[in-house]
Amino acid sequence: MRIPCPYCGERDAHEFSYLGDATLTRPDPAAPDAPDRFFDYVYLRDNPAGAHQEWWYHAYGCRQWVKVERNTLTHAIAGARLARDARDAAGDAAGNVPGDAP
Amino acid sequence: MRYSWLSILTNGLSGQSGWKPAWRAATPKPAYDVIIVGGGGHGLATAYYLASQHGIRNVAVIEKGYIGSGNAGRNTTIIRSNYLLPGNEPFYEWSMKLWEGLEQELNYNAMVSQRGILNLYHSDAQRDAYARRGNAMRLSGVDSQLLGRDEVRAMYPFLDYDNARFPIQGGLLQERAGTARHDAVVWGYARGADRLGVDILQNCEVTGFLREGDRILGVETTRGPIGAGKVGLAVAGSTTRVASKAGLRLPIESHVLQAFVSEGLKPAIDGVITFGAGHFYISQSDKGGLVFGGDIDGYNSYAQRGNLPVVEDVAEGGMALMPRIGRVRLLRMWGGIMDMSMDGSPIIDRTPLPGLYLNAGWCYGGFKATPASGWCFAHLIARNEPHEVARLMRLDRFRTGHLIDEKGVGAQPNLH
Ligand SMILES: Cc1cc2nc3c(=O)[nH]c(=O)nc-3n(C[C@H](O)[C@H](O)[C@H](O)COP(=O)(O)OP(=O)(O)OC[C@H]3O[C@@H](n4cnc5c(N)ncnc54)[C@H](O)[C@@H]3O)c2cc1C
Ligand SMILES: [Zn+2]
Repeated sequence: MRIPCPYCGERDAHEFSYLGDATLTRPDPAAPDAPDRFFDYVYLRDNPAGAHQEWWYHAYGCRQWVKVERNTLTHAIAGARLARDARDAAGDAAGNVPGDAP
Repeated sequence: MRYSWLSILTNGLSGQSGWKPAWRAATPKPAYDVIIVGGGGHGLATAYYLASQHGIRNVAVIEKGYIGSGNAGRNTTIIRSNYLLPGNEPFYEWSMKLWEGLEQELNYNAMVSQRGILNLYHSDAQRDAYARRGNAMRLSGVDSQLLGRDEVRAMYPFLDYDNARFPIQGGLLQERAGTARHDAVVWGYARGADRLGVDILQNCEVTGFLREGDRILGVETTRGPIGAGKVGLAVAGSTTRVASKAGLRLPIESHVLQAFVSEGLKPAIDGVITFGAGHFYISQSDKGGLVFGGDIDGYNSYAQRGNLPVVEDVAEGGMALMPRIGRVRLLRMWGGIMDMSMDGSPIIDRTPLPGLYLNAGWCYGGFKATPASGWCFAHLIARNEPHEVARLMRLDRFRTGHLIDEKGVGAQPNLH
């Protein structure tokens, strides 16, 4: 498996470490239903068979977080963006970044 | 037909013509008392114990492919009960006790071989951790021995004791641990369940659920709808895919784990050796192949194959531990889909939907659990209350904070 890092180009998956589902957004800890929403955020996953948005960290490269869309049935990668660009493209402050992850 | 010396002898003399199929090719009935989804070891064991322990015989096991085509037929067959935490250890020890009587119980040769498992340690800190684990095992009445370097050397003189990074200081030994023949376990339970009246429906995929409000009343399958008083899920790596059809979202991710087998060799390794620090473990099958593996690949996957970085990592681990395997040729490698739970421990519990029961989250270690998993899941389904040794394996523990996290790494499945 090779991951196309937007900064470094296509690199062996060995250079990256994996965090997981990139569709999760950290809840507001001050919200009244925060315990429920944190339970969801920390533990529950869609775990789709097919397209999956996920965080990879290019540890042995540019050391940036990359948001990758990968098919979990075939391992084919449809695209990759730097976390920052992915968030900016989301167009609002709710766009999540990996610092938000558990 | 009961298997015995006599049956082997008479069939040997009559050209092996007297053997009957070990289970029937059943056709689905309109409804059953209990439907178990998933014809792996856990599903078949559950059906067997429902019939043998609880007298519930109007049962079907529904399998989308052929039985044993999932992880039951893909694992490296290690059985052991060397866990640390009270939520796990009594359960795995009960499984070990069931393994010890399994072949007589099923009248089937499952090739259970208590050849011992040795977990190596390489530092004082790791020694302390294993001393603690060994003591925890003993508190649960389970055998364990903490060995020093010389005792390990007497067992396995061919290991590299002076590896620069991971010199071997000793190991934790469980002598009653070992291996069993994975396919035979599936076939033995299938035959046993069939003889008690259980229908085994192969090539029948569950595609949805029959329900009335929240209550589950049966399943939709590729062979039509089938009603059920109760439905139990035991689909391992497919758990979230199937459960999502009932609208459940679970604390589980699917990951791929690879395994490897070499060409057949003369007897060389007579127990199971794990080299956790180097992400490698190995045993030798009765046919002579070295059976080995390492860590999960570490990313969500439903492809039953992995990638080269882990192949390289496993090979490096093997070479670091026992350089003499360097010229052994690899025969086969494969992958299976693990239902990785968020704390690394399994779930045997009711679900929020009445009539639907869940058996999942086995991660990379559910083969050894097969007998106890079936035993406890059958108990749960039959009596609607958890079995004593599985009572902490609850689905709601993630919400309440009563996690069973052997490694203490938190909600990060690729680290368990
Ligand atoms: C490479 C590898 C090595 C391993 N090594 C060990 C080991 O050494 N020791 C150990 O204890 N454990 C080990 N494991 C883990 C162990 O194999 C699993 O935890 C265990 O087999 C899971 O239970 P099972 O046998 O019931 O699963 P499976 O055999 O996977 O059974 C689940 C069944 O459900 C069926 N199914 C899925 N979806 C549907 C559907 N919609 N409808 C109908 N049927 C469906 C599947 O086809 C499958 O047959 C290993 C696993 C792998 C992959
Ligand atoms: Zn990069």
